[in-house]
Amino acid sequence: MKTTVKLWFGLVILILLSPLGLFLPEYFKAGDAWGEWGSDSLKELVGYVPQGLDKLSSLWSAPIPDYAFKGWEEKGLAHLSIAYIASAVLGIAVVAIVVLFLGTLVVKSRESRYEKSK
Amino acid sequence: MHIPDGYLGPATCGVFYALMLPIWGFASNTVKKTLKARQVPLLAIGAAFSFVIMMLNVPIPGGTTGHAVGAVLVAILLGPWAACIAVTVALVVQALLFGDGGITAIGANCFNMAFIEVFAGYYLYRVISGSSPITSNRRVIAAGIAGYVALNIAAFTTAVMFGVQPLLHTTPQGQALYCPYGLNVAIPAMVGEHMLIFGWVEAVVTALVVKYLQKQDPSLLAAGEGVAA
Repeated sequence: MKTTVKLWFGLVILILLSPLGLFLPEYFKAGDAWGEWGSDSLKELVGYVPQGLDKLSSLWSAPIPDYAFKGWEEKGLAHLSIAYIASAVLGIAVVAIVVLFLGTLVVKSRESRYEKSK
Repeated sequence: MHIPDGYLGPATCGVFYALMLPIWGFASNTVKKTLKARQVPLLAIGAAFSFVIMMLNVPIPGGTTGHAVGAVLVAILLGPWAACIAVTVALVVQALLFGDGGITAIGANCFNMAFIEVFAGYYLYRVISGSSPITSNRRVIAAGIAGYVALNIAAFTTAVMFGVQPLLHTTPQGQALYCPYGLNVAIPAMVGEHMLIFGWVEAVVTALVVKYLQKQDPSLLAAGEGVAA
């Protein structure tokens, strides 16, 4: 089997393991990443929500915020895991398609220039 | 390490977009000249790997969470400029689709993870590997050390970005406008947690994949050598 095919299989395994990124922090009672707190947590930490931060933080509303479907936030880890895996599949698909498209474009355009210059 | 919207002031965001533009430009030019057709799938796999490894949050019990980035591995396999593009694509998709990292901070986040970590890791790996054979154990160790150190350097530059905000933007009443923590808090917190846990994850992942590829397909490891520029 070609190495790239094996590496794609490796990625599938990582996708299936990705909910560990939810379960492990939950199990070990770990909170947000440092510097990635929401407004509520910030208010608890420093006593206020910085004004500039408050304004900018709602600038962009992502379609799948924090790899969770909207409305599923309170549904528990099982639901969140499904959303997490779906997010990983979608994210990887978008990332891979963008890179494959750009990469192929770049290689093709160079080859065609090379052909013309012959 | 994904700085959200609101933690960096407009000046900082602008500076790092401005710094990244020529880096992205130079990276695409280099990739245009050097990328081989058979490397395109590997570049896609590298970007996808970086995307998913950043979803695997690792806890510090009772504390914060963090993750590996995978940037050093991609740099070892494809060279630093291609890796810069691959990690950038992963970070942009994370910001736009999943709100992981702010859109105003894409320049800053790419500077830390797609530039600083990539180049620090790549050159550390090259220097420590020296002229050792592609399949030598020295290269596995080099990959691990490069992963550990480069992620920590990126954690440091991220911490500096956070930490200068109170110096740049404070209301007359003394409240911070953006990130409320200064350098004295941000640097020990960010670098400490990455030295303690997350750096080791990057080290182990990078070293294990290099070890696997040495057995499976050493030619892939040799391909990243000649594209440093």
